Amino acid sequence: MGPIGAVLAQSSGTSEDNLLVQTFDYLRDQARYRGPNGITTRILEHVQISVVAVVAAIVVAVPISLWLGHKRRFGLLVINVSNVGRAIPSFAILVVGNQILGLDEKPVIGLVSVFLALLALAIPPIVTNTYVGIAEIPDDVRDAARGMGLSEGQILRRVEIPLAVPLIMAGIRTTAVQVVATATIAAQLGAGGLGRFIIDGFATRSTGGFVKVIVGAVLVALLALVTELLLGLVQRALTPKGLRAARRACAAAGSAEAEPDDDAPSASPPPGEPALAGAA
Amino acid sequence: MTALIVASNTERWFWAEWVGRDANQDLIWTATREHVILTVGSVVLGLLIAVPASIAVVRHPRLKGVVLGTAGVFYTIPSLALYGLLVPYTGLSRTTALVPLTLYTLLILVRNTVTGLEQVPEEVRDAADGMGLDRRQRLWKVEMPLALPSIMAGIRIATVSTIGMLTIAALVGLGGLGQLILTGLNRPMRTAVTVGVVLSIALAIGSDVGLAWVGRRLAPWTVRRRGRRDDRADDEVAPSDRAAVLPDGAVAA
Repeated sequence: MGPIGAVLAQSSGTSEDNLLVQTFDYLRDQARYRGPNGITTRILEHVQISVVAVVAAIVVAVPISLWLGHKRRFGLLVINVSNVGRAIPSFAILVVGNQILGLDEKPVIGLVSVFLALLALAIPPIVTNTYVGIAEIPDDVRDAARGMGLSEGQILRRVEIPLAVPLIMAGIRTTAVQVVATATIAAQLGAGGLGRFIIDGFATRSTGGFVKVIVGAVLVALLALVTELLLGLVQRALTPKGLRAARRACAAAGSAEAEPDDDAPSASPPPGEPALAGAA
Repeated sequence: MTALIVASNTERWFWAEWVGRDANQDLIWTATREHVILTVGSVVLGLLIAVPASIAVVRHPRLKGVVLGTAGVFYTIPSLALYGLLVPYTGLSRTTALVPLTLYTLLILVRNTVTGLEQVPEEVRDAADGMGLDRRQRLWKVEMPLALPSIMAGIRIATVSTIGMLTIAALVGLGGLGQLILTGLNRPMRTAVTVGVVLSIALAIGSDVGLAWVGRRLAPWTVRRRGRRDDRADDEVAPSDRAAVLPDGAVAA
């Protein structure tokens, strides 16, 4: 791959200032949006790959973590599995998956490898955030719910899940953005998506190819931003009204936390520990 | 570089003889060293930017949206594309790998540092003021140490993700262990793949555990006393082990 970079470095050096203009022209040209290699098709492929991966990850990860969180079991295990998951590079899963399933046999195999890689990327954050979101709900809240005569299932559904929505959704949002960004490597295995522009652009070894790289990068970044915004709206819709009102009141009262979901218990000092000990 | 790898048994996942060759050992060593240098470089650079930025955010809360929003936008650009975009300007140098990776660490580092600083209780600040500390002393002697567990959690996440993301840099001819993994993409070259994968995972887990240890040494007050065993204490996650929890996305709707 080295020479490609060298060629690119030379070829685009002369027309650097044109690149943005060329990219803009590329994106404005309506003909580029049509056809099997058009922008529209690539966006749809990209969305399809990402949505399938994220939805599958949610279906696999959320129910288990809800249950574990409610029982407050295996907390350390959940967190550690998650850390190990993050340590596995998706690119490695892609290559290993491809090796196991067979090389360049059918396009489907590329797609399966991509799917596995994205799933492994998506599951750990969702598991951790869901688990912690549920498990960190104060005991008093649960006790109150029990006192009101709710069954365990009802407590989970009507008390714990609504309270944990911000953190659960935070996990899903971060995951979704990462999946959209990482799905670009799908193109390396012929599975389509917006990474096609980037990979093809590199292969072309010319200024025109470089414009394609920029086009791909810009489109993926936009798609990731749209994903983030849409899921943000979903989060707002799912957060119980009472919770929203309470937090807004908090913010209005001049609390340090203006943003509604910033009170994620990511690293709060342990309750009951003398805070000043740190200064000593 | 990759030419050295070629003569290998194509079927087995691990072929000791391949690893034993001097040329291949050189290759593995170089790749690992490059991986470590680039990871440490991007996290340190990220910290050099993130800590001052976070202090500014905490002092001027209006900056929060702008700083976190910017870091969030960087985070959405796929690394593959960013490497590609930089190659014409910075060539196939370390800089090309360092810039994107540093940008990616910013969101995690800034968010955790800001959260840590914001969580310092008001009474503690008052107490520091009462002791006659000026603003800078208060920051470095009181607030920063108290924010340390949160900052360390950020450093852990940033380091582990950087090690993973760096493998993709190989697709554009940059970076360490990804080069070994890449050789297996379109041909059977399994031993190289195994070595690359195992080393990058070992590097990630090793640095995570190492940083967790450092964090506990630097902030011993976060470690819960052992021995106090009530019914649930076993399963509770110590705050210093909570690195994995992802905070909310930056671009708030």
